[in-house]
Amino acid sequence: MRVLALDTSTSAVQAALVDLDGPAFEPELFLTAFRREVDGRGHVEKLGPFIEACLADAGRTVKDVDAVVAGVGPGPFTGLRVGMVTAAAFADGAGIPVYGVCSLDGIGGNTRGRALAATDARRKEIYWAVYEDGVREGEPQVGKPADLPETRADYAVGEGAAKYAAELPVPAEAGAVYPDLVKLVELAAPRLLSGAPSEQLTPLYLRRPDAQPAKGAVAPPARPASGA
Amino acid sequence: MKTEPVVMGIETSCDETGVGIVRGHELLADAVASSVDEHARFGGVVPEVASRAHLEAMVPTVQRALDDAGLALGDLDGIAVTAGPGLAGALMVGVGAAKAYSIATGVPLYGVNHLSAHIAVDTLENGPIPEPAIGLLVSGGHSTIMMVEDLAGKVTQLGASIDDAAGEAFDKVARLLGLPFPGGPYIDRAAKDGDRAFVEFPRGLSAPKDQERHRYDFSFSGLKTAVARWIEARRADGEDVPVNDVAAAFQEAVCDVLTRKAILAAKEHGVETILLGGGVAANSRLRGLAAERAEAAGLTLRYPRPKLCTDNGAMVAALGSHLVAAGVAPSRIDFPANSSMDVEVVSLANTL
Ligand SMILES: [Zn+2]
Repeated sequence: MRVLALDTSTSAVQAALVDLDGPAFEPELFLTAFRREVDGRGHVEKLGPFIEACLADAGRTVKDVDAVVAGVGPGPFTGLRVGMVTAAAFADGAGIPVYGVCSLDGIGGNTRGRALAATDARRKEIYWAVYEDGVREGEPQVGKPADLPETRADYAVGEGAAKYAAELPVPAEAGAVYPDLVKLVELAAPRLLSGAPSEQLTPLYLRRPDAQPAKGAVAPPARPASGA
Repeated sequence: MKTEPVVMGIETSCDETGVGIVRGHELLADAVASSVDEHARFGGVVPEVASRAHLEAMVPTVQRALDDAGLALGDLDGIAVTAGPGLAGALMVGVGAAKAYSIATGVPLYGVNHLSAHIAVDTLENGPIPEPAIGLLVSGGHSTIMMVEDLAGKVTQLGASIDDAAGEAFDKVARLLGLPFPGGPYIDRAAKDGDRAFVEFPRGLSAPKDQERHRYDFSFSGLKTAVARWIEARRADGEDVPVNDVAAAFQEAVCDVLTRKAILAAKEHGVETILLGGGVAANSRLRGLAAERAEAAGLTLRYPRPKLCTDNGAMVAALGSHLVAAGVAPSRIDFPANSSMDVEVVSLANTL
């Protein structure tokens, strides 16, 4: 089957077409087209053209795409949402299912040994998770690099690791590594190949919106659940 | 005869996720998911809260609109989306969705201006707009007098608020009076039992010295401060604040200056039609006073029903349908969301 994969959880705007064949426990994956540009503010301009370019490169049309896989973060919110709404709307428009995968798994999933995957959360923080031979332990976290708890990781990888190498208690790989779209498709393979129901994509936000209830703000009177 | 274009409009510039569908000037669907209740406890729209709600509501709202219209995406002749102005993160959700729907379906895409869409929505109620027309656009985000020479491409700004939007002033004064958010409808209701002449609040930028530089501009921050001071003084004297009277006097000050300047603009530009749009155009006193003054000046006043005045997808669809009918080129797929989009850019055509 042919899968459109998108991830905008980091400063890289990424789109790919990936061919996937079963069986689910040992899927075969082939990257047929790929576009990436590192532009933290360019998600909404670039992602659409990237999808079109991937289709053109592969000599395919929308009708050839069987499913969509999207990284659901964690990631800086504005860019992340562009990728997710694009994935959801494309799937809805094409009448195909969409599946979400934790974007950090697109980095940590490719590691061996004990590794810390970290992306840039802005505001001097990182999104991070620990992987043992490519399998994540626990839920992704957000925090200051210097405040990281003891992870027993041997090394750190990802845009956030490279940026905050000096503050991390774990040696970091220098090159920026972004979520691997083929890996995201591989992680969704059991759902893709079994024809699992399409998903409502919910971002891994990890942070609450910055807003303080206003002094003296008055809530409107309750409205019936059916809405007004 | 060519059939009228069927266009879906997507609007996410503030806190309403709106998807509307029109055929020509006929409204087929107007689905809106609002996050206004989530913003109430913050006393104003929180951009991040709005953006989260847009993402959640986007696809379901599109589906609801299609169901209501009894159409499929393949039936559309165009998809229009608000490209600006508005909250950047909120706009991006709608623009991202519209692009993806357009790519997935092959339906042409139009990135359009929110302000012109507020004007275009009137065609759904009252038919084609006589050009030229003066648009008075009043909402929580804007207070603008627009000259509409050609709704498909030539729209200019004659004046705008130099500080708060009129809707913001309504919200702030509502809070001072202990009324809920959003303040407009609550002030309107309270004012019905109040005395408009109870106190004369200031009319911003109405002095002779302002007529040169700010002839068609507005200012509402001084008015809001004046209301706050008046209430403070009253409380300091140990007296109760007559909520209905203050609401009526405040509302009168806003509506007086809005209508006065819009009528002046129409007269001075030889324009015979005035259109009201934006959430504050749902205000009963603004409609009443504008009607009175337009009649006295021999002008035609038009406005749509209150539900179409507030932000919605129908207005975006209405503008999109007008652009398709006028043969305007669709937008390129790489257009940005522009939070401060100029009023003169009606749609982001091929020439972006
Ligand atoms: Zn508006």
